[in-house]
Amino acid sequence: MSALNLIPANINLAFIPKRKIFMAFSALLVLASIFMFLGKGLNYGIDFKGGIMLEVRTEKAADIAEMRSILGSLGLGEVSLQEFGQPTDVLIRIQRQDGDEKAQQEAINKIKAILGTSVEYRRTEFVGPKVSDELFWDGLTAVSLAIFAILIYIWFRFEWQFGFAAIFALSHDVITTIGIFALMGFEFNLSTVAAVLTIAGYSINDTVVVFDRVRENLRKYKKLPFSELLNNSINQTLSRTVITSVTTLLALLALYFLGGEVIRDFSFAMIWGVLIGTYSSIFLAVPILLNLNIKRVGTLVGDVQTEQNP
Amino acid sequence: MVNFSKSKMIGVFIVCILGLAFSAPNFFKEQTLKNLPDWLPHKHINLGLDLQGGSHLLVEVEFSAVINEQLESVLDDVRTELRKSRIKYTGLSVDGKTSVKVNIREPEKTEQARSLLLKLVKQMDITETNNTIRLKLTEKAIIERRNSAIAQSISIINRRIDPTGTRELSIQRQGDERILIQLPGVKNPERIKRLLGKTAKMSFHLTDNRLDEAMRGRIPPGSKLLPRIASKQERGQVLIKKRVMVSGEDLVDSQPSTDGTTGEPVVSFRFNSRGSKKFGKTTAANVNRPFAIVLDGEVISDPVIREPILGGSGQISGNFSFQEATELALLLRAGALPAPLTILEERSVGPGLGADSIAAGKIASIIGMVLVIAFMAIAYGKFGVMADIALIINMLLILGGLSALQATLTLPGIAGIVLTIGMAVDANVLIFERIREEVRLGMGPVSAIDAGYKRAFTTIIDANVTTLIAAALLFVFGSGPIKGFAVTLGIGIITSMFTAIMMTRLLVVLWLRRTNPKKLPL
Repeated sequence: MSALNLIPANINLAFIPKRKIFMAFSALLVLASIFMFLGKGLNYGIDFKGGIMLEVRTEKAADIAEMRSILGSLGLGEVSLQEFGQPTDVLIRIQRQDGDEKAQQEAINKIKAILGTSVEYRRTEFVGPKVSDELFWDGLTAVSLAIFAILIYIWFRFEWQFGFAAIFALSHDVITTIGIFALMGFEFNLSTVAAVLTIAGYSINDTVVVFDRVRENLRKYKKLPFSELLNNSINQTLSRTVITSVTTLLALLALYFLGGEVIRDFSFAMIWGVLIGTYSSIFLAVPILLNLNIKRVGTLVGDVQTEQNP
Repeated sequence: MVNFSKSKMIGVFIVCILGLAFSAPNFFKEQTLKNLPDWLPHKHINLGLDLQGGSHLLVEVEFSAVINEQLESVLDDVRTELRKSRIKYTGLSVDGKTSVKVNIREPEKTEQARSLLLKLVKQMDITETNNTIRLKLTEKAIIERRNSAIAQSISIINRRIDPTGTRELSIQRQGDERILIQLPGVKNPERIKRLLGKTAKMSFHLTDNRLDEAMRGRIPPGSKLLPRIASKQERGQVLIKKRVMVSGEDLVDSQPSTDGTTGEPVVSFRFNSRGSKKFGKTTAANVNRPFAIVLDGEVISDPVIREPILGGSGQISGNFSFQEATELALLLRAGALPAPLTILEERSVGPGLGADSIAAGKIASIIGMVLVIAFMAIAYGKFGVMADIALIINMLLILGGLSALQATLTLPGIAGIVLTIGMAVDANVLIFERIREEVRLGMGPVSAIDAGYKRAFTTIIDANVTTLIAAALLFVFGSGPIKGFAVTLGIGIITSMFTAIMMTRLLVVLWLRRTNPKKLPL
């Protein structure tokens, strides 16, 4: 069995010379994302805004219009229904009720009383106002701390310029992920936060691999113009970047199509994350190093032993 | 490089055997496992509530109610004591959340009152300004009271939900005033929530016949107007004497049954000896007058005493359905909660959805794995196959690790495993790419492989530590299912580093020794 070189060995694409195009493109993406976030806003799930969600299965294909009018008559405020995966499954969302936690429980009782036992209750979720506030802040803390911890690690392993560049790319990934969630109207919940954190890990992972090569080349080629050195580093690691992205995407696509409705949005977030993470490592994290005034000779922190010949 | 030491080889081998041993039980049914010898691992992976079905309920104990009750009783004690000693006072009231204040009208008696109250109350700080005495619960008293209220609530919840003690459930304190209840496999969460929704404080009172007067707004001192329990045909209010005749604490048993003559569902109960005596004495003195049975501030019924009830047992009828009678009997048996509970969060998953999720997760993992395996074989040939073997062993190690640690596998956890499948090969990709480069630079097979492993190593560590950081933070800040995702992601990273670096290296070395190739098929 022989191997197939998917990416030609002597590949040399002009990433760095065309960096301005990609920077402009990313700036546009980020602006659009911020615009989407402020304008349309995120479709927060009950984890963060509180409320009630039920997943029910009917015997025959559900008559959503009828169900909507039945539930609408209860006077529980905004009721949203959507088919969930298959015609018999319906996802019912009820806005957070005025009043305390007890009012929420009463609403659940009303819904279950009116729908009766003719439907199968596959999922009942209720998050009260107290808990949803806490979950929101916990989520925000987790994401901020993760970004901060990663920054510290990169700074420790490389130099501050690399740390800055990594966070630059990472923030781009996180912001555009939020943007695409706002654009598509996907539910933003606890799982999405988990996905965003994983994306952060993946994106950094990709960036670190290229940075490692940049660092190595900085030691090897003291005279090579910096932009050329960066471009070579990207090309040298391109095969790895592409192959790892492909294997990860293959697994995630299997999850997206076969893993069930409950985690479909979660899988989507991660697929998006792999794509944007790969893009940002190549087109943002490395090119930005050009503008960060990296000293060329003997100033790099890190292990020298990899330099020695085996 | 080619001399992969014997001890390392044995080490890799042992880890693989352990992984296999701990993951193996998951491929067999529970019954089959029972017949295995004890020394073999026989634990299945612990499935989260979202996969096996069940309810997750986070409740809060309304602890302020406990403190209020305590302050009210202090208020009563202070009133009695001051009246007994003929000290005139005004403005006796609960002040703020944790104190009681009273204003002494004759300044010369303030000191006397102060020392009286000092003897009267325990665990309270007493201060006095301008003849106003303030009694404040100490911080320590509040904490102690809270701890005992939570502990008591947990044990009562346990008795209510699991009266026979046979269910697999977990009830844990969370934070200061919260309790997390996890009930695997529960089919009817509404019933459980009903059982938690009642404090179930029951008491028997004599009634006061001056109801008309009370309805006009003049409630006689020592009496109280209470509504009849909602959902009954008979509406209106009942005027009861505040003094408790017998309290629910004196109940020793209660069972649902049917009334001998009407056939109506009732709850029959029995008092302990103290309760029997009190109940007997009071009923004997009040024949032909009504008394009220009060539950959580509502009157269940107010029957007339036909004859003294001396045997210490009786029955409560209140137009119950059989289900209501059964639940009330259970609540009375389990005892009253020290304070009402509020449900803050509920996540219930039916068994159907859980089973579907497991099935979907299995298919997604298998298909994902097949795709990755095929791709690696195409991209790296023989070396790809070696990485694939490592990947399969990696899966066994993850399953084994989850089983051995008895970590909980959730739906996002399955997603974490699938993600790991895709990312696990990354270390091998890094190594193989490096080897290719070294070959291109003109190195021979052995030294190229050696250099490939060595040079890729730091990159692999750097790249994986960042993902580990994310996983660790998810574990700390995530709740329930998300924690499950962090666990599988974390375990997956560690096992994949082991398999990608050690396993494939062992395979490569064995292959090198056997074939001694002139050229690498990479």
